[in-house]
Amino acid sequence: MNSIIFTAGARILVALLFVFSLFMLLRGHHLPGGGFIGGLLGAVAFIVYSLACGPAEAKAALRASPEGIAMVGLGIALLAGLVSFVFGDPLFTGQWYWVGGDSYETSIFSINSVLVFDIGVYLVVLGGILSLAFAFEEET
Amino acid sequence: MISWLLVMPIAIPFATAVIAWLARMGPAGRWISLFGSVLSLVASLALLMAVLENGVVAAQMSNWDAPFGITLVADYLGVVMVVITAITGLATAIYALGEIPERMEKLGYHALFQTLIAGVTGAFLTGDLFNLYVWFEVMLISSFGLLVLGGSREQLDAGIKYVALNLVSTLVFLSGIGLLYGMTGTLNMADLRGAVAAVENQGLVTVVAMMFLVGFGVKAAVFPLFFWLPASYHTPSFAVSAVFAGLLTKVGVYAMMRMFTLVFTGDIGFTHELLIWVSLLTMFTGVVGAAAQMDFRKILSFHIISQIGYMTLGLALYTPLALMGGVFYLVHHIIVKANLFLVSGMANKLAGSTDLNRIGGLYKSSPFLAVLFVVPAFSLAGFPPLSGFWAKYLIVKASIELEMWFVAFVSLLVGLLTIYSMTKIWGMAFWKPHPDGIEPTPDRVPASVRLPMMIPIVGLAVMTVVIGFFPEPFVQFARVSAEQLLDPGAYVTAVLGEGAAAPAEPAAATDAEPVTEPASETGGQP
Repeated sequence: MNSIIFTAGARILVALLFVFSLFMLLRGHHLPGGGFIGGLLGAVAFIVYSLACGPAEAKAALRASPEGIAMVGLGIALLAGLVSFVFGDPLFTGQWYWVGGDSYETSIFSINSVLVFDIGVYLVVLGGILSLAFAFEEET
Repeated sequence: MISWLLVMPIAIPFATAVIAWLARMGPAGRWISLFGSVLSLVASLALLMAVLENGVVAAQMSNWDAPFGITLVADYLGVVMVVITAITGLATAIYALGEIPERMEKLGYHALFQTLIAGVTGAFLTGDLFNLYVWFEVMLISSFGLLVLGGSREQLDAGIKYVALNLVSTLVFLSGIGLLYGMTGTLNMADLRGAVAAVENQGLVTVVAMMFLVGFGVKAAVFPLFFWLPASYHTPSFAVSAVFAGLLTKVGVYAMMRMFTLVFTGDIGFTHELLIWVSLLTMFTGVVGAAAQMDFRKILSFHIISQIGYMTLGLALYTPLALMGGVFYLVHHIIVKANLFLVSGMANKLAGSTDLNRIGGLYKSSPFLAVLFVVPAFSLAGFPPLSGFWAKYLIVKASIELEMWFVAFVSLLVGLLTIYSMTKIWGMAFWKPHPDGIEPTPDRVPASVRLPMMIPIVGLAVMTVVIGFFPEPFVQFARVSAEQLLDPGAYVTAVLGEGAAAPAEPAAATDAEPVTEPASETGGQP
């Protein structure tokens, strides 16, 4: 697609989509959202970018192969689930450490395995969708 | 602790997939895959021990109580499927050492393969209907990847057909899940048992049951929904088609057995009666389709269909003996069918093709392989004393006990026709001299390829013979599985806890007794 308006607009759009996808990822465990929807938005950002500047450019911007990202994400998600073994809980039980308090309301922020899991999911979705999208773009 | 025993058979293949993917460029990938398969087998055997001890084991993932969270459950049927999956996985992982070329390894063969195994295992262990759908998707995605990995035109053609029909199936299945959730407000299978029986509009329940029957029927390749199977199973590499043939359709059969004994038992006169006719037609069309084929793997593919009919027949007749036969058949068939596909791969390597017209002479040049073909082939056809004989015997006996003479007649006739196809392969591939005058001796293939391909063939053949000669423990195991299926009290209690089983009882007018049975009843071991 050779449209100057689209190419120029894509720069802003891609950046916005990315910020929004990270926002979605981070707000996930207390409000609707999370890794899956964030990953989808991230993938959309890359797809818009590849439509504007070509798949080769988008792949270069991604740096790693999308399949690799998905597999690493799967590994991260799995590890986040396995962490609960150390604490003697069933698989995927969320492990929370509250900084400066003992619950969501009182603490400043929390360190938890749920976010790690969501990051894993984010990467799986991002990688999975992009590997499909890039494959389609190569076909045509 | 139990919770981790249930998780491990799923988590290990996933972890293996990730590590194998990262190591796919070097030779380490295949050994990682093999090591992971060994670990999976160990984990599933540990789970088997736990089930033998406790009857039914269940665990709530993430510590969310049932019916709200995802439950993993293993009863006798579930755990035996997990073990057999691990065995098949290990056999094909060894086989892949010889068969899979480096080019496919670099594309991520081992990662996809392990993901597939994880998906299959997950489907056997889950106690949640939506989670079952997720496992179906995991299986579908990874199997599609494996199917088209070679990238040939033929494979893509097969892949499209495969995915298109399976997507239709998942769509129907998913709609069924949605309707069921709308009616009952739960998707936990144990919880559904009571909830479905309590639904006022039982007619609608039957409609939903039919949707599940269609959804699982496509997966299991029953008549008239089987067309995708012979269109796709002859195209991928042989290790892949062995896993497909052994495991994928059985997941559909398993899901049917689970849902139509645990949840949809309200209108047996309609659902199970229909299933009898579906099963008979499946058996017959499959075997007749096989008779028309001239390709090693296509014949075997059609035979999967006809054998699936026996398993669903075991469910459809719905007596303890028939279900026991169905379970026994399921296990026996996975071993035998995977083995036959592995043999066909070896024959292809030696004689250069799977087209029966273009190969021959295997009996004279490779008599050992010929013996290894005869064992699973005769077992499939139901020759005593191999495992297939006992499987068919149980089904036929169950139908005779019900005085369903026509059903018994078709079962025996299909067995006879199975022999016809097997003798065709035998005559064309093994007895007839090779049309090009080649002598397909084993040393045409280097030992580094031949050995890993032969080890699993021998191993699976030995298992068939062992089950055939010492069927008693296996039959006893199948008997307990059937009892658990027909009387899911222990299953429900294991998932929902002691107190929760009681409120499920009052609505179950047609089968009020099973629900109230105490857990210790079915925990008894043979």
